Amino acid sequence: MTATRPPAIEARGLRKAFGELVVLDGVDVVVETGSVFALLGPNGAGKTTMIRILSTLIDADGGTAAVAGHDVVAEADAVRASIGVTGQFAALDELLTGRENLRLMADLNHLGRARGRARVDELLQRFELVDAADKPVSTFSGGMRRRLDLAMTLVGSPAVIFLDEPTTGLDPVSRRAMWDDIRTLAASGVTIFLTTQYLDEADQLAHAIAVLDRGRVVAQGTATELKRQVAGGHVRLELATPQARREAAELLGATPAGEDGIELRVATDGSVRALRALLDVLDDAGIEVEHLSVHTPDLDDVFFAVTGQPAEREPVGTP
Amino acid sequence: MTGASLVLTDSATMTRRNLRRMLRYPSMTVLLVGMPIVLMVLFVYVFGGQLSHGLGTGLAGGHAGRAGYLNYVAPGVLLLTVAASVQGTAIVVAMDMTGGIIDRFRTMAIARSAVLTGHVLASLIQTLASLALVTLVAIALGFRPTAGVAGWLGALGVVTLFGFALTWLATALGLAAKSVETASNTPMFLMLLVFLGSGFVPAATMPAGLEQFARYQPFSAVTESLRGLLTGTPIGSYGIEAVAWSVGIALASYVWALRLYRRRRRA
Repeated sequence: MTATRPPAIEARGLRKAFGELVVLDGVDVVVETGSVFALLGPNGAGKTTMIRILSTLIDADGGTAAVAGHDVVAEADAVRASIGVTGQFAALDELLTGRENLRLMADLNHLGRARGRARVDELLQRFELVDAADKPVSTFSGGMRRRLDLAMTLVGSPAVIFLDEPTTGLDPVSRRAMWDDIRTLAASGVTIFLTTQYLDEADQLAHAIAVLDRGRVVAQGTATELKRQVAGGHVRLELATPQARREAAELLGATPAGEDGIELRVATDGSVRALRALLDVLDDAGIEVEHLSVHTPDLDDVFFAVTGQPAEREPVGTP
Repeated sequence: MTGASLVLTDSATMTRRNLRRMLRYPSMTVLLVGMPIVLMVLFVYVFGGQLSHGLGTGLAGGHAGRAGYLNYVAPGVLLLTVAASVQGTAIVVAMDMTGGIIDRFRTMAIARSAVLTGHVLASLIQTLASLALVTLVAIALGFRPTAGVAGWLGALGVVTLFGFALTWLATALGLAAKSVETASNTPMFLMLLVFLGSGFVPAATMPAGLEQFARYQPFSAVTESLRGLLTGTPIGSYGIEAVAWSVGIALASYVWALRLYRRRRRA
């Protein structure tokens, strides 16, 4: 990644409204060539709309965008020749087999018979779809469909790849496999623009992150830079009773979130000294702590800090 | 790759895809080609004996009774086959447009018209195959065309041109439909038009008003052209009308379909 190369994606002041509903409200995004960029935000933040505009599927109402150096409106065909898109919903031909789907992509990319066949075989191997290659896609599992979808996107060796929520709805094993695939892809030098609602996913995969909330970029930077925006970390205390929580909150000067519950979040730098001091205060007051965990600042805190609301947590096991 | 060869290559690829899909999902094709055959059997064996009394021997191709009616109705059944077949086109197009893969096609550098052309060509091939099958069944039941090679080729030309036009129309209807269910209903009026013309009984037997409609609507022009070419009834101006209708419908539907296809971009 050198600074002299033009950015793979450059969007300035993108605006889009569907009727009364403003979905994008002046979004600026720059993605360096060869990097992985994550657009992070909750449902309805405008992530998919962003991908649809950048991949020439829909036109923006205002602003400009260039992908691989080409304007997405004036040079849409040149953009299409350099991109690959894997949408949120599998874009497969259900009636065809996995191999036939890939062959279709090879034909539409004008690879020619021999090169097309070789590319299809290579991708079937790489995405572990050889055994299922000749079965109709309608019999594929969720993880297999995503892998085939991604393989189809890669047939034409695109320079810029858009992945719209690549792991939403996948089980933890498939999810981790998808992460590995994305990392391998990133290592090969392509530019990846992905959207996600999962903070750990952005943290794990992306060089640069933009947090999108209600159509606006509310924070931008590397994961480290974003975390720096949040002062310190916190400890999470679990107390015996709601009553104990109220007392503890008063003692420690922390504001409990909500009336009920036994959990309390207290800001701290995470040092042993600070922790000991904290526990001493509670001990002296005779408040029993059932459970304690220390949290260094993560993107969760960032999201909370910049949007004022907690981000969506992933529904199944954290790797 | 130049623009023209890109269009040809991509259209051929899409046509292959759609033909393969038809083979994978044959139940719809079977249903669509089965219906005209069932109706033909029904009309010939249930109504045919009675209906044949109203036909002169000229219209019945020189045959009497049921056989005479079969020789009269066969061109109408062929048009019914076309109308049923393009109903499948609308369904398949709507299925494609509501599925995820269409967005993939739209983000690829392929000829803009290839997606639609692929549907039209594959459907046309399906329609011609259905027509061949229905013709064979008709012949097996006693249809005895008097046409020579030129007559058969002429009939093939007329029905192909009309089928091409209706396929574009059905493609536009499939694109205009918001759901697959709608798409399966909207082309039904085409089958009705076969009955509201000279497909099953001569227009002259209908009440005034309906008779005028039946005489001048496109299906009658094509039916009478086919009937003339295959069984030797007089064609008159129907031939030129059939070609004019076909070209007109094809052009208007093509423009409409392409507009509908492009409109989605602003959504």
